[in-house]
Amino acid sequence: MFDIDKWQEILSTIKKNKMRTFLTGFSVAWGIFMLMILLGSGNGLSNGVASNFMNDAVNAMWIWTGETTIAHQGLKPGRPIQFHNDDYDIITNIPGVETASGRYFMGNTRYSYGKESGEYTTVTCHPELNEVDRMELLEGRFINDVDILQTRKVVVIGKDIHEALFKEKPALGEYVRINNVPFKVVGVCIEPESTRNRNAYMPVSTAQKVFNGSNRLHNFAITINGETLDESQAIEERIRTTFARKHRFDVADESAMGMYNKLENYIQTMRIFQAIKIFIWIIGIGTLIAGIVGVSNIMLIVVKERTKEIGIRKAIGASPASVIGLILLESILITTLAGYIGLVLGTGLMELVNYAMVQSAGDAAGQGETIFLNPTVDFGVAVSATILLVVAGTIAGYIPAKRAASIKPIVALRDE
Amino acid sequence: MIKLNNIHKSYDMGSSKLHVLKGIDLEIEQGEFVSIMGSSGSGKSTLLNILGMLDNYDEGSYLLANKLIANMSEKKAAQLRNDMVGFVFQSFNLISFKNAMENVALPLYYKGVNRKKRNAIALEYLEKLGLKEWAEHMPNEMSGGQKQRVAIARALISNPKIILADEPTGALDTSTSYEVMDILKEINDAGITVIIVTHEHDIAAMTQKVVRLKDGRIDEIIRNGELREFRHTYNKELVTA
Repeated sequence: MFDIDKWQEILSTIKKNKMRTFLTGFSVAWGIFMLMILLGSGNGLSNGVASNFMNDAVNAMWIWTGETTIAHQGLKPGRPIQFHNDDYDIITNIPGVETASGRYFMGNTRYSYGKESGEYTTVTCHPELNEVDRMELLEGRFINDVDILQTRKVVVIGKDIHEALFKEKPALGEYVRINNVPFKVVGVCIEPESTRNRNAYMPVSTAQKVFNGSNRLHNFAITINGETLDESQAIEERIRTTFARKHRFDVADESAMGMYNKLENYIQTMRIFQAIKIFIWIIGIGTLIAGIVGVSNIMLIVVKERTKEIGIRKAIGASPASVIGLILLESILITTLAGYIGLVLGTGLMELVNYAMVQSAGDAAGQGETIFLNPTVDFGVAVSATILLVVAGTIAGYIPAKRAASIKPIVALRDE
Repeated sequence: MIKLNNIHKSYDMGSSKLHVLKGIDLEIEQGEFVSIMGSSGSGKSTLLNILGMLDNYDEGSYLLANKLIANMSEKKAAQLRNDMVGFVFQSFNLISFKNAMENVALPLYYKGVNRKKRNAIALEYLEKLGLKEWAEHMPNEMSGGQKQRVAIARALISNPKIILADEPTGALDTSTSYEVMDILKEINDAGITVIIVTHEHDIAAMTQKVVRLKDGRIDEIIRNGELREFRHTYNKELVTA
């Protein structure tokens, strides 16, 4: 198979017929290039959106209370529902609930340190909140179980609060006054999904005790272990019926207790992306077919153009097989090489786009919304697409080459 | 060397059949210099194609070097062409994207001779034909006579027993035609059988044997000694023309 002389003959033919080589190669390279860009963009888009969801746990759920709107068990509508600490114990014991964090709303809270002060949101929580919101700690630690048990006056502040109150000074171990009560700073964090870090986190037990919260809670943030939409909806239903019975409101009363299920949302968004992916594939396959048609056309023309040459070669002793081999090996060589070039260029461009986006994100890297992430194509897909084009070119070349090789040389030579 | 016995050949022209050769009996010895003449449509090119194994015949038998040439596979025919026959065409039929040397070397490629060796041999043959300085030139940079000489070199490189030339001087002017004929004559002197198809009487007159075809049959065969008579007929034809 590997005959140096044969390859020299093919290479010299390629070298002397640059235009023909370019046209054959270009249609393949272009097809692969476009396919890479299409599939890469599709992947980038869906990766980007998926990563936005990943910043929070995808299996997160939020539950809050409101006022009843439906009369239930003889109770009038308009009755406020309120969670208490015992509801926290209940929710952690509902099957399917992995972790839970309760929150007591504090309203406006004033933070001050030295001469600096500002109003920030205080999120009171259990340590489990970190499973839901996925804060990134720049220094120190998050709220832990001991803080809750001992109602320690500790706080984890956002990066913006740190910068506003402490300027360049370290905050860890310092005492910050929250509504004039001193709290020890144990950590500084950022929220990966947002560009603002103006929240502070405080043990919920401490907040209830210090800020007159009694045992009231306003909402829960939980994670569930449901994998599918059905599972997560079943867990949602279980929580709703449990609380409806306890707090005596109608199960269908959405405003008595509101719920937001991120998994449901995530799965639905992913379904949309599935559809977009299918659409991109259809376009991609269309592009491939255009490439195949292009290669086939050019191969037909090439064989036609070479009919006379084939006649000459046959007259001086070339067997039909060697003529077909010459044409096909040339086409395989060109299409493979061109496919590879298209592959490299397409992948290169997508990498460049990726790089540019990472650069432009700059300081906000790791923060904020990205709709485009890692726009690369599965290597196997890329290689199979190239092979498909090569094979198509070969088949498209084989049929006319075989016919041309079987023409009597004298007829081929007459063909001016 | 060549023995044709009652060769028939017809072409399918859609519904009808065109009977081109209607029983050709011909014998050509080793080392002869033969021309085939005839008006267009008399079957002279068809005969040459059959002699050169470029085409099949329908009936009769063709013995080349005592071997029956019939029903051969394409591959076998190609091999035999490569070994036995060298072709020279009216339109030269050089490969346009190969230079003179590569064109001449091509038959050796199909014999499996490596590149360096076949290019060296090709250079030798070009030198013999006075074209050594033109070895690197492409066919479109050469004159008709030069192109035909390259084609002759290509026909000779595989050491054939027979040179078949289809109107070798058809595209050349008179003086170049004579040059080419001189070369063919030299080749013949070296012992190679040369068969040319031509419609030019002066060219045919330079050969030793003229085979005149008429309507697919051999009209007459004029041998060397009878060339005087041939010239007479030739002049007569000129007058009537």
